[in-house]
Amino acid sequence: MPNKMPSPPKTSFWARLFSHQIVIPIAALLILAIFNLISDPTFFRIVFKENSSGNKVLSGNLISIIDNGSELAILAIGMTLVTAASGGQDISVGAAIAIAGSAMLRILCGGSSSPTELQSPIILAFIVGVLVAMFFGAFNGVLVAFFKIQPMVATLILFTAGRSIASWINNGELPNVPGKEFTYFGSYIPGVPVPTPFLIAIACFIVIFLVMKFTNLRLYVQSVGINEKTARLNGLNPELIKLMSFVILGICVAVAALIKVSRISSINYSVIAKDIEMDAILAVALGGNALSGGKFSIGASVLGAYVIQFLTTTLYKLEVSAVALPAYKAVVVIILVVMSAPTVREKLSRLGKKLRSGKTGAESAKA
Amino acid sequence: MFRKNMPGFLKKPGKMTDTNLLTTITIVVFVVMYLCAIIFLKEGFLKPQTMLNLISTNSYLIILACGMSIVMINGGIDISVGGVTALVAMCCAVHIENNGGSFFTAVLIGLGIGLAFGVVQGFLVAYLDIQPFIVTLAGMFFARGMTTIVNKDPINVYNESFMAIKDTKITVPLLGTTNKKGIYVPATIEIGVIIALVIVAVLFFMLKWTKTGRSFYAVGGNKQSAMMLGINVKRTTFISHVLCGLLAGIGGIVYFMHIGSGSPAHASGAEMSAIASSIIGGTMLTGGVGNIIGTLFGVLSLALIQSIVSSVGLDKAWWTGITIAAMLCIFLIIQSIIIARRKKANKAAGGT
Repeated sequence: MPNKMPSPPKTSFWARLFSHQIVIPIAALLILAIFNLISDPTFFRIVFKENSSGNKVLSGNLISIIDNGSELAILAIGMTLVTAASGGQDISVGAAIAIAGSAMLRILCGGSSSPTELQSPIILAFIVGVLVAMFFGAFNGVLVAFFKIQPMVATLILFTAGRSIASWINNGELPNVPGKEFTYFGSYIPGVPVPTPFLIAIACFIVIFLVMKFTNLRLYVQSVGINEKTARLNGLNPELIKLMSFVILGICVAVAALIKVSRISSINYSVIAKDIEMDAILAVALGGNALSGGKFSIGASVLGAYVIQFLTTTLYKLEVSAVALPAYKAVVVIILVVMSAPTVREKLSRLGKKLRSGKTGAESAKA
Repeated sequence: MFRKNMPGFLKKPGKMTDTNLLTTITIVVFVVMYLCAIIFLKEGFLKPQTMLNLISTNSYLIILACGMSIVMINGGIDISVGGVTALVAMCCAVHIENNGGSFFTAVLIGLGIGLAFGVVQGFLVAYLDIQPFIVTLAGMFFARGMTTIVNKDPINVYNESFMAIKDTKITVPLLGTTNKKGIYVPATIEIGVIIALVIVAVLFFMLKWTKTGRSFYAVGGNKQSAMMLGINVKRTTFISHVLCGLLAGIGGIVYFMHIGSGSPAHASGAEMSAIASSIIGGTMLTGGVGNIIGTLFGVLSLALIQSIVSSVGLDKAWWTGITIAAMLCIFLIIQSIIIARRKKANKAAGGT
């Protein structure tokens, strides 16, 4: 847990830069970018194209990355907070997305499978979705904070039940949302060339940034994550803060669910947001956050999320089939965690020191 | 935290250890559920064959859950077991059907894959101090991905000698029933059940009476104290992961023998079922507490509740997931209450 230790005083600019955690996702991003540039120089080309609904929009690999990586980025915000506060991860976010999405569709379609017009305004559906997701977030939060169950296990309950609950909400049907307005959240708003999911992700990031700036949330979450007992002695309520982090994750889940269901105007309970929980945890880890809680950087996690999408797109470009993707991802993950493991780092730095001292020793001998 | 692991009936009920208390709860719940099923849903559940079928279908899960229990007793977790099961089943299927290999070599391949996963993950967790969740998550990704790389599409095995092994049924004496026409129908089980039960017995004895088995509890209970007792914590953690990987390999072979095909979709969610059964069986995630017999009953309870749900008429697919989750929730809350009470009692007694 390198983040928990007080960092040794470093004077050089480069040393300070490399000690910052955001260097991990940026380095990964750079490696991927250079790799793509070499293998296919046209990878980064962005063109103005007319899409199927007649809008002039930007298109290209980069655009598809920021478009498809947005749900993950939004989830990474909440997941970082949960990880930092509770020292564990929520593995039910994919299932929770299915529930929230299903609730939204239920409100929008009023229970019938293919209505001709929207049964209720989108904003109402969104609010219901947020409330539902917050409720399930609070359920996880109560189990973790008050019953002291490990987060990963507490959320296993919702992971098991989530998709079942989602199909129960709509009675097993797959409702189709009529009209074009609802699809805007998952594609493009007419006249705006940037994909809406990216705009939503930026909005979420700005909101959480302002919250961090003007409230003590960051300080509280970090102190609970670093040492719960000390936090309590300092007058904080660790249970409440843990609960709050899960509720915030619930809100993120609802926003991601809105994008997910809007992309296809419908839902598939067993497939929607499948394995996204693993990617979200990976994003947090890639962002250089300690998975055992404590100090965190949301910006690094968000960047980590886009790096994962970058990796996915790159692998697709290399004609890796979608089903075989996890194997390659796993290799990357293992390399990353091994490189960032405290014991490995220690050994590497000791090796570096040895080399350096050997050099200086040789120089002094010469002199 | 290093509690003596005596059988519950040898001690006064008030002095039961966590392990035995949780196991007892599980067994009682299982028996009560089965009695209720017999009373309210007479037809099927009265026959011993129903019970035996339950075990036959879930024998692979018993093996996976045993490995999971060991890792969890040691304080870790392994979520790659489902992926390894699918990978082993797929490799066996390809080996026998496409390459014309024998069943024996397929078994060796399966064991090798399981062992390889166990060794690599164990090394990363124990000696490089990486969180077991992340390591085994990557393991799961890798196994699932490799399954589709080995063969993209589901593959059925029609090899005759394999079919003979697959269809071998072992007759259980004394449990046969007479059907309506008055013909005696013997009760049968699959080979996998024997393997699963042998593994359960071996692990039960190992955890109780061998040094390695006891050190799992010690390391899971408290790493520092275990180290002071002179236990090699790293090696113990390593062994727990290797055992879990090996059992995942055996589980994959048993699964393959039961289902007779390989597919990327096989054993999906098996890791979560294995974790759930371990928890229901009284293994605590914090480590140091658990019992293989409890795990066995955990798997059976999980299977029983599924078949009860479907025979009650709640046949909509979603009810299974919801009931399992509800059961898991109840057991977790019971565990957390027990821990909280014990902590209070310790404090009241002036202990640590």
